[in-house]
Amino acid sequence: MEGVLRGRVHKYGDNVDTDSIIPGRFLKEMDPKRLAEHAMEGIDPNFVMKVKQGDFIVAGKNFGCGSSREHAPIALKYAGIRAVLAKSFARIFYRNAVDGGFLIPIEIDDNIYERLSDGDEIEVDVSEGTIRNITKGEVYKMRPIPELVMKIIRAGGIFMFKQE
Amino acid sequence: MGMTVTEKILARASGKRLVSPGDVVLANVDKVMMHDVGGPGVWTVFQELRHIIGEVNKVWDPDRVWLAEDHFVPPIDKQSAENIKILEDFARRYGIRKHFRYGVGQYGICHTLSYEEALVLPGEVYVGTDSHTNTTGVVGAFATGLGHTDVAYVLVHGKTWFRVPETLLFRVDGELPPYSTAKDLSLAIISDIGTDGANYKAMQFSGPAIRAMDIDERATLTNMSTEAGAKNAIIEPDERLLQYLRSRTDSPLTPVYGDEDAEFSEVYDLDAKTVEPLVAKPYSPGNVSSARELSDVEVDRVYVGSCTGGKITDLRMAASILKGRRVRVRTEVVPATHRTYMQALREGLIEIFLEAGALVGAPTCGLCFGGHMGVLRKDEVCISTTNRNFRGRMGDRESKTYLASPLTAAATAITGKITDPRDLKG
Ligand code: SF4
Repeated sequence: MEGVLRGRVHKYGDNVDTDSIIPGRFLKEMDPKRLAEHAMEGIDPNFVMKVKQGDFIVAGKNFGCGSSREHAPIALKYAGIRAVLAKSFARIFYRNAVDGGFLIPIEIDDNIYERLSDGDEIEVDVSEGTIRNITKGEVYKMRPIPELVMKIIRAGGIFMFKQE
Repeated sequence: MGMTVTEKILARASGKRLVSPGDVVLANVDKVMMHDVGGPGVWTVFQELRHIIGEVNKVWDPDRVWLAEDHFVPPIDKQSAENIKILEDFARRYGIRKHFRYGVGQYGICHTLSYEEALVLPGEVYVGTDSHTNTTGVVGAFATGLGHTDVAYVLVHGKTWFRVPETLLFRVDGELPPYSTAKDLSLAIISDIGTDGANYKAMQFSGPAIRAMDIDERATLTNMSTEAGAKNAIIEPDERLLQYLRSRTDSPLTPVYGDEDAEFSEVYDLDAKTVEPLVAKPYSPGNVSSARELSDVEVDRVYVGSCTGGKITDLRMAASILKGRRVRVRTEVVPATHRTYMQALREGLIEIFLEAGALVGAPTCGLCFGGHMGVLRKDEVCISTTNRNFRGRMGDRESKTYLASPLTAAATAITGKITDPRDLKG
């Protein structure tokens, strides 16, 4: 999951909840590809048409609030998203993204959220902690990822992570 | 420096003398719950693990695991019927005996079962594949929701990591006025601190108003803590709780209490007397108005059910309003568990609902999460005793859900417009 990630920004506001990311009626579905067909359907029915492999979601506060459904990070991952950049995450979404090895949750400050526009092309270097906005020619710092979380991300999920 | 009850439980579970907010601990887990949405997810993780750590031949302690069929019951299609089968296979393969099967004796919504059946006890660390696992903090346990990979990890290793949360203390003085309920208090708190006001944090409730509540009402508070983003919610055990549990289990109870000099990251002093009937408007549980301000809003549907508002106390409240009256709009009452249903039957509540013209369904999550059992169509308006009103939660993206107490929901069923139960005439 490491290295430099590059893709386009899909931008949303605060409190994007899990019913928006993947509506409840699809929770009986276990096939990740079929979940991905409905990613973000609750908030942006065109999302799956626009998203490309390696793209990013940029969001405001409390991304992923609501249910514990791991279907949410799974749907986003299989829709092509590698990382979500948000002002803050709801705790279960954050944990699911990391422990399942699905997505990298990256916390950003308010001013970075303002600078990132829908459609911007960006490059994210998790090890360096930088976000390069290629479209605007700017570089930002992400908030540091906690050490334990970084180790689990590097391992590719909680089951691959070995306690020292 | 002293510890809060949440810190003490996590310290004990991780073999430490002292923990502080922000510490990351590896805690032993006492109880685990999976339902018919989380269970198949865990099963899928186990299948994938074959390629990574090999076949999972046993879970760490099958007697500490229990299963509930509650979301897609009765199965709505072939896929959800398969998921029930997966839960059965899981129980058989790993020797899990506490399996609450739809239509086989005791069953119902997992969170209500967790304390009604005394499946989780004071001082324990309890995780489940559901965000409202927080509810069970009502018994003085550390209870929190996890995704299915995390639960799979717990099933294999018997432990998991937690960041020790800061605790927000809500001290509630006074007494709730007639017609005000724990649901109204919850909505007042969420509207005050916001839907991320307790993100990563513990919410602890204390004070005379809490002690005056029965266990179901307290569980409404712990349940709704999820809507403020809380990691867990907790109420320290009192004699009323211990008696409630003793009447349901022979297991020894070892309650844990916080230290007197515990440090809280914030203390909120509230007065229950000021709480009035409230309603959360679409599309956020934090979007709160008084019921009176919304008296022009016409509704098409009334739903009394779920782990938040389908407990016996909730049914009693709804029945107290519906008794001798007739509903004007489609009204569905869904008891949270089989035990709740039986109790409602014995108390004559079911008859009151039916006589009022409402419909009584079998225990299930059903409409609460828009899974089935009467999902809302476009533009349909529902007042509901559930906990979430996100866009599309109960059906179409263009449907609208208002969240309220069972009293307000029942009063609305009589008039067809959002009604403060204090204003109901006749
Ligand atoms: S009743 Fe609703 S909130 Fe409670 S567990 Fe079921 S779906 Fe979740």
